[in-house]
Amino acid sequence: MTRDRLLKLLLIGTAGGLFSGLFGVGGGTIIVPLLIFWLAYGEREATGTSLLAIVIIGAYGAIAQSLYGNVNPGNAAVVGIPALAGVVAGAAVQQRIPERLVAILFAALLVATAVQFIF
Amino acid sequence: MEYVAAAALGFLGGMLGGLVGVGGGVLFVPALVIFLDMTQVKAESTSLLAIIFVAALGAYRQYGYGNVRMRDGLVLGAFGLVGVAGGVAISNSVSGRTLELLFAALALLIAAQLVRRALKPGSPSPPRARAPERP
Repeated sequence: MTRDRLLKLLLIGTAGGLFSGLFGVGGGTIIVPLLIFWLAYGEREATGTSLLAIVIIGAYGAIAQSLYGNVNPGNAAVVGIPALAGVVAGAAVQQRIPERLVAILFAALLVATAVQFIF
Repeated sequence: MEYVAAAALGFLGGMLGGLVGVGGGVLFVPALVIFLDMTQVKAESTSLLAIIFVAALGAYRQYGYGNVRMRDGLVLGAFGLVGVAGGVAISNSVSGRTLELLFAALALLIAAQLVRRALKPGSPSPPRARAPERP
């Protein structure tokens, strides 16, 4: 691996980690576009590779936050176990509903969430 | 009832990942805050624990489709340590209100990404859970 490539991976990993630690998300929002623009990844490879990185980044974050006493494993199971089913269901219905419609519906859900948090 | 609502939002979070390639955390956090009455920082922390397993399932499936560059992914993850430590330290030092507003901004950013993707002509097929085109 060249030094240039390592440096880019270092910057992407750091940015993704910062996002993840600050927002409690995976960091894919920032990792995926950076892999595409800086390292010429295709969209699918970027998403797949980002998921692998997020397993490690999420583990760092959960361990660090547990040192502050912030992690509630029971509540993590309440959202996380249905989410595992959601991953499988999402792939299953993917062929049957238009992706654009799904994207717009989820965007609306996120806007509603943001409004709820702001007000 | 609140648990059912939180679980439903968790399911949608996983589905969002499976369908359009955005992680579920952006829905886990509001589920934990709104329905399980957690503070913003505790919800974010708890979301991270759930994300490990959801991302592991997603990565496993993607690996099967040949979409994971193993070495890059491991290097990226390992390099994430400093960023995570910084983000976690910040999340524990700013007020809950600040963190809520920052999170709302992130939710709007992801919503904008989704809309842009939906409106893009010749929108690419979803990145996850399909067989790769390249060998």
